[in-house]
Amino acid sequence: MTTPQEFHAMTGAYAVDALDDTERAAFEEHLTECPDCRAEVASLREAAALLAETTAIEPPAALRDRVLADITSVRPLPPEVPAPVVPLAERRRRRPRLLLAAAAAVVLVGAGAVVWQQPWDDSSTTQLTGAAAVLAASDARSTSLDFPSGASATVTHSDSLGEAVIVTKKMPAPPAGKVYQLWLDQPGVGMVSAGVMPVEEDQTVLLTGDAATATGAGITVEPEGGSDAPTSKPIALFDFGRSKA
Amino acid sequence: MDHRGPAETGAPSPEDGAPVGAPDLGDLLRRAGRGDEQAFARLYDLVAARAYGLAVRVVRDRAQAEEVTQEAFLEIWRTASRYDPDRGSALSWMLTITHRRAVDRVRSAEAATRRDLTYQHQNQSVDHDATAEAVQASLDAHRVRSAMAALTEVQREAVSLAYLGGYTHTEVATMLDLPVGTAKTRIRDGLIRLRDAMGVGS
Repeated sequence: MTTPQEFHAMTGAYAVDALDDTERAAFEEHLTECPDCRAEVASLREAAALLAETTAIEPPAALRDRVLADITSVRPLPPEVPAPVVPLAERRRRRPRLLLAAAAAVVLVGAGAVVWQQPWDDSSTTQLTGAAAVLAASDARSTSLDFPSGASATVTHSDSLGEAVIVTKKMPAPPAGKVYQLWLDQPGVGMVSAGVMPVEEDQTVLLTGDAATATGAGITVEPEGGSDAPTSKPIALFDFGRSKA
Repeated sequence: MDHRGPAETGAPSPEDGAPVGAPDLGDLLRRAGRGDEQAFARLYDLVAARAYGLAVRVVRDRAQAEEVTQEAFLEIWRTASRYDPDRGSALSWMLTITHRRAVDRVRSAEAATRRDLTYQHQNQSVDHDATAEAVQASLDAHRVRSAMAALTEVQREAVSLAYLGGYTHTEVATMLDLPVGTAKTRIRDGLIRLRDAMGVGS
C-alpha cells in the first residue's frame, strides 16, 4: 500500500506526466481525497508550464489552418458542474455502448459514472439550484450506500424543501437496454418514479416528487425509458429514517 | 480561410490581431467554451508556439509534433468549458493537455530509435542547440532559464528529462544513476524551487 507520504512525494512526477499508468491511476485516486496534493499539483503544473517558454517554436501556418478548420465541426462540451438533464431522445441515441450486459444482478460493479435525468421534467435550468439548495439545507439528512465495486450513492433529503438529491460516484453503466430508475417510497402508495438516470459522469441530481412525505428512496434496473412501477428488485434502498409509528 | 470576416458579433476587440495588452487567456478560453471561434483563434495565436515547441521537444519529430498539437488544440476547444480557473491558469491547463498528448504519443509509440539512443545522444543541451535558432527570444524564457540555473544539477536534469524529455521518473532515475524512487523527489524539489523562484502557483 502506498502511504500518504509516498503519494505526496509524487506530486511533481504527476504534474509532469512522469508516472507510469499504474502509479498515475493510484495517484489520481489519492488526489480525489487529498486537497493538499491537488493544490501542490496545480502549483507545480504552473511551474512546469514555464519551461515551455524556453522551447517555444512558431508552428507552420498550415497547422493553424487545420486546427481552425477542425473546430468548425466539433461541438464544445457543456460545462461539467451543473447536472445536465438530457432529453430522453438524445440519451437513447447515444445509448449503444459496450456494457456489462451479463451483470444484471451485479450492475454496480466497476468504475463508471452516471448522469441522472428526469425525463418527465423539462425544467433543467432549475436543477442545480434545487440540488444545491437541498444539499445545503439545514435539515438535510443523508443516507449513503457503498457498493463492493467502489461505487457509492448518497441520497440527501430535506423535509423543509420537500426534495431529495442523489449523488453518485463511480457508478458503472447499466446493462445494455436497461436504465437505472429512481423511486420515492410514498406511504400508502408505494414506489413512485422519481426519474431515470442516463449513463455518464458522476452526478448530482434532484429526485422528482415530494421527499417530505416519502419514507425512502430506491434504485432499480428497468427497461430503457423507465417503468411506471418497479419491475425488478431494488439494487439500492435508502431509508429516510422516519419512524413509521 | 481562417480569416473570415467579422460575421460573429459579440467580439468587441479590434480585428487587427495586434496583441495590445495581452488578452486574458482565461477569458478567451471561456469564450471558446461558448463556441466563439474567433476567441479560440486568438487563443491559438497566443499559445501555439509554446504548445508546438513543447510537443517538438517531447516527440522530436516535427510531423508528429504537429499532429499532437492539432489534437491538443481540438481537445482544448472541445473541453474549454471544463477549465476551472480555481485550479490553475489557462496556460498551464492548455499545456497540460498538450504535454499529456505528447507523452502519450512517445510512450505508446515506444519508438525503437528513441529507446536505442543513449542518454548522451539526447542530452538536452545538444537538443536545445538544434532548435535554438527557432526559439523565440523572450524575457520570460530568459527568466525561466535563470531560475532553472538556480536548481541543483540533479534537480534540473530530472525536471528537464521528465517534462521536456517525456520520460517517466523511473527512466529518469536510471538515466541519472539515482536510486529508483528518488527521481520523483528530485522532480518535485526542482519544480518547487522553480515555482518559488518564478512566483507562480501561489
